[in-house]
Amino acid sequence: MHRYLLSITICLGMSGSAAFAEEGIVVPAIDDPATLKECGACHFTFPPQMLPARSWKKLMASLGNHFGEDASLPDATRVAITAYMVGHAADAPTTENGKWFLRGLADTVTPLRITEMPFWRRGHAEVPRSYFSKPQVKTASNCMACHGNGGGGTGGDED
Amino acid sequence: MKGVLAIALSVLALGTAAAAANPARDAILAALAAEAKGADPGFAAFSAPRGQTFFMANHTGGKPDTPSCSTCHTRDPTQEGQTRAAKSIAPMAVSRTPDRFTDAEKVAKWFARNCNSVLGRECTAVEKGDFITYLAGK
Repeated sequence: MHRYLLSITICLGMSGSAAFAEEGIVVPAIDDPATLKECGACHFTFPPQMLPARSWKKLMASLGNHFGEDASLPDATRVAITAYMVGHAADAPTTENGKWFLRGLADTVTPLRITEMPFWRRGHAEVPRSYFSKPQVKTASNCMACHGNGGGGTGGDED
Repeated sequence: MKGVLAIALSVLALGTAAAAANPARDAILAALAAEAKGADPGFAAFSAPRGQTFFMANHTGGKPDTPSCSTCHTRDPTQEGQTRAAKSIAPMAVSRTPDRFTDAEKVAKWFARNCNSVLGRECTAVEKGDFITYLAGK
């Protein structure tokens, strides 16, 4: 178990502080209250830098069936969050190190899950699948189970 | 006559005070009661036992991963629940989370989403009122 924890290099900025990876990749903390509140109600607030804009657009246009949940939002909120995610996407003009997250991704592919991104697969290649289904992890989308402070997940507050 | 009415009202007030002593929650329940009455003139009152049955039941028509309220909220509403994405959910029981069902917009948002996920349809006013009444007393 510790072998895998030690190999983790990306930290995820949670509260105003940016964090760093071994390769100098910076993942700034999300600073949009609506995104933190609405997305964070159910799951870790995934960094927009980890998917291209086309992915966020597709995802935010299908919230009525969001990985098997109804996550629909009022239009104004949905549009605002989409703008934030697209504006900070891996391929957004102002995103630093966006190319690092896009490496290996074909232009014709629109992943809806960060775990489908080649950068993610490379980074987790040595983590056994059984590790993600442990009760304290539950799912590979539970980033903070391993990347959080002391391994404990803390996202936005439930609302 | 006046005295009898006053006693009746105070008894009623005592009876509801334990379950839902919050003006905002009372207003949400009153609006749901009015809606229930509009749909069925024979509607009498919300029921905590009916709410409990609804909360625990396995429903059909919704999304297969979430057949019941208890799928995410657990069968003990005084305990924390967990979303399918592993995020903890504050207990639904008002005794544990006092501001539950006090924000009308939030209540409407989550009933809209979760009734669709669990039942594949909107919940009725009676179902919503029973649900809140059950959890307000837990």
